[in-house]
Amino acid sequence: MKRFIYSLLLLSGLTTGAMAQSAQYQDAMSKQTSDLDSGYVFTPDGLQQKANTFERIADAEKSQWLPYYYAAYCNIMHAFLLQDKSKIDPLADKAEASLDKAEALSPKNSEIACIRSLIASARLTVDPMTRGMKYGMEAGQQIQLAKTYNPENPRVYMLLGQSFLFTPEQFGGSKVKAKENLEVAVQKYAAFKAESPIVPHWGELYTKELLSKAQ
Amino acid sequence: MTRFNRCLFLLLLSPLYMLAQGKISGKVTDSKKHPLPGVNVFIKGSYDGATTAADGSFSFTATASGDQILAATLTGYQPLELKINTGSSEQLVIVLKSAVNALRVVTISAGSFEASDSKKGTVLTPLDIVTTAGAGADIANAIKTLPGAQQTNDREGLFVRGGTGYETQTIIDGMLVRNPFFSSMPEIPGRGRFSPFLFKGTTFSSGGYSAQYGQGLSSALILESTDLPDRSSSSVGVSVIGVNAGIDNLSKDKKTSYGIEADYTNLSPYFNLIKPKQHPILGPEIIGTSANFRRKTSKTGMLKFYGYYNRSNMGFRSESIEYPGATESFTLHNDNVYTNLTYKESLGRNWRLYAGLSFSSNRDNINTDTSVKSIPPAYIKSTSTLAQSRVMLTRDLGRFSALRFGGEYQYAVEKSALNSLNAGFVDNYSAAFAETDIYFTPSFVGRFGGRAEYSSVLARMNVAPRVSLAYKLSNFSQFSVAYGDYFQKPEPQYLRFANSLDYMKATHYIVSFQRVASDYTFRTELFYKKYADLVKTNPYTNNGKGYAQGVEVFWRDRKTFKNVDYWVSYSYLDTKRDFLNYPMQVQPDFAASHTASVVYKHFFPKLSTSLGLTYSFATGRPYFNPNQPADKFMSDRTMTFNSLGVSASYLTSIRKAFTIFVLSVGNAPGFKQVFGYRYSSDGMRRSEITPSVPRFIYLGMFMNFGIDRRQDVINNL
Repeated sequence: MKRFIYSLLLLSGLTTGAMAQSAQYQDAMSKQTSDLDSGYVFTPDGLQQKANTFERIADAEKSQWLPYYYAAYCNIMHAFLLQDKSKIDPLADKAEASLDKAEALSPKNSEIACIRSLIASARLTVDPMTRGMKYGMEAGQQIQLAKTYNPENPRVYMLLGQSFLFTPEQFGGSKVKAKENLEVAVQKYAAFKAESPIVPHWGELYTKELLSKAQ
Repeated sequence: MTRFNRCLFLLLLSPLYMLAQGKISGKVTDSKKHPLPGVNVFIKGSYDGATTAADGSFSFTATASGDQILAATLTGYQPLELKINTGSSEQLVIVLKSAVNALRVVTISAGSFEASDSKKGTVLTPLDIVTTAGAGADIANAIKTLPGAQQTNDREGLFVRGGTGYETQTIIDGMLVRNPFFSSMPEIPGRGRFSPFLFKGTTFSSGGYSAQYGQGLSSALILESTDLPDRSSSSVGVSVIGVNAGIDNLSKDKKTSYGIEADYTNLSPYFNLIKPKQHPILGPEIIGTSANFRRKTSKTGMLKFYGYYNRSNMGFRSESIEYPGATESFTLHNDNVYTNLTYKESLGRNWRLYAGLSFSSNRDNINTDTSVKSIPPAYIKSTSTLAQSRVMLTRDLGRFSALRFGGEYQYAVEKSALNSLNAGFVDNYSAAFAETDIYFTPSFVGRFGGRAEYSSVLARMNVAPRVSLAYKLSNFSQFSVAYGDYFQKPEPQYLRFANSLDYMKATHYIVSFQRVASDYTFRTELFYKKYADLVKTNPYTNNGKGYAQGVEVFWRDRKTFKNVDYWVSYSYLDTKRDFLNYPMQVQPDFAASHTASVVYKHFFPKLSTSLGLTYSFATGRPYFNPNQPADKFMSDRTMTFNSLGVSASYLTSIRKAFTIFVLSVGNAPGFKQVFGYRYSSDGMRRSEITPSVPRFIYLGMFMNFGIDRRQDVINNL
């Protein structure tokens, strides 16, 4: 009997251990994702720190796609803030490597496709003349993929709106289309119900900023 | 339940409480003791860690106790792991070594300019070639803005470091191209036959090139064709001189692609508007087609086919210098076929295979006539065919070093006829080569190689050793030296008449320094080239000789001015040679002492327009004046050469088609350019050799329609 109780206790202890681990994951992730949109994070140093933190969590967990996803997100946002264009490709490489791991854990994921689109856009900025054709196309294709994977993802319409807004009119840019998409994005953001606080939810504020530019 | 059990229960319930907390802090530097910010320092397998600050310091609290593994990672550095005890409060000092990746490893660079699509900072990309003003999207013309190449715009080919155009070989995917330029007319050079868009990489070697290639005394233009396209597309181009259209199809599995292309060029409407110096009597017109097939045969295997057929017709009439008042006419029909099939595969265990086959044929039918009745017209027919095969094996030795060896075989048939006189020969040429790249350290490499060749028409063998060394002084700077022997068969027009001729020979010595960062490049080279056994024509012997020496500087900057990219090159050349019918060793008529180019490109993103300017300068070249005494042979100089090309391209999209409008004007200010003089045989009259039109205006539009594959993407879900 004693042995049985012990083993039961041991078992319950182990499961609570695992649960505690998972609670630790939830805690850490909600803490790290809560301030992603804030100004003090959105600096090269802040984003690098975040990327490192998410990499640590990803590395410790190994079975969760979200930390890999956020690590990629922080690295690519960091790339967009850089003046030194020679540093963009290494960051894009890093983000891509994280996304590959995320995608292995969660294939056909609309959020991952959105980040892939951002990576292509970042690579494009290194040398628009030479890379425009290739990466411009890839960025567009990834948004389309993201849309087919999940048409309710507000970030898809935010990215579409952004690309319509910043593409010169000769290449198909249009303020009208930008506005349409951004308005859809705002609706989808409003309709979006997070199943947990740690799933991707960034971009709403930025969308509103873009929308004011598209007016 | 006992109290003990309850305690255990509590403990088991909260495993975190069991762990003692330890503060971990320290500093991360590189091997030169500079602090490294942004390093991710953490306990492996836990969330605990920190990012280093600007001074390299870090500090965090670890929940895990006892012996743990601490890891430190940063892009561009080798990750480091070390055992620590969380209990000890000592300050850790972590030194990260820079990662030895392909980018930081020294590469052989003496004598060569690489232009490729890859990410690393290259000298010229294919797009650079197309957007170089005045180059007219011609590879060789763009290369003429690099140091080492001469501004010899009155004859085709690349004249490099005191060498003739014949001394530069063009190689596509390892296979020799016998006629890389369109057949030319007297004083009108032929353009390159191949579009720069066919190639993902271009290496222009102005000397000291690898033992993999032979039969070029001076230089090699090594072109590597593109792999599978990113997507299916079709394209249409219309310009003042012709039209072209093509399609490129990529299979659904993205492993196979094929493409076909056709073009038609006719300059006669243009020449009706802008009268050239010579009066056109036929064309000029060019009908061309090409086809390609590419297949990824496995993860590492690639099969490529490229085939090209082309016919050109042209004829001009001009004033005769020989017979005052009379005219001379010259017509040319040319047919050219080039095919190239290559296969690359990794054989595993560090072995790689390359194999290639190529067949090409060129036929010129030339008809010359004068309006003087007593002189009969002349018909010249010349046909050359070349079949070649090539195999190369590469064995990787360690991380960077490699051994390459292989062989090639060429079967060439040369036939020519002047009226009813026939001359020709057949040559069986075989070559074997081996070379090894040895990395003594990641920043010091040596390339040692050799090449042995046998040509049946010369019935002789040659052995050519080649050595290059390169040493990386810092992340950006490197110093290189190269030495090598180069052999080449005499031109077919001499071999036809004299089969006792031997190889011509050049020996190269090159010292070079370069500093290459992602947005600027600086290079300088010193070279000495010794020529021996050059062909003399009266009588035919190999008694010619010569030398070339000089210094070259190249600077390219994409950083200093926003949206501006410019490069400057300067070459000083001191060369003399005694060859062909030269009575003594003199500076030849294709060599200028000083050559300089400035290429300027300005992109206006708001207008999506790119403006380009190319200015080229060369000091006067020697020319032969029959009125001078024999000891003053080639002592006259032409006027200095000046050329300013201007181009503007406007990028837009028309109904989803990526469209470029191009306007370019060659020699916009209309600088007078005289490349030399032609004399009548009595030396009484002469005419200037000048471009056929003083400035060439080109207006064109190119559209690329991407075939939308979105539906495919959806279907594949």
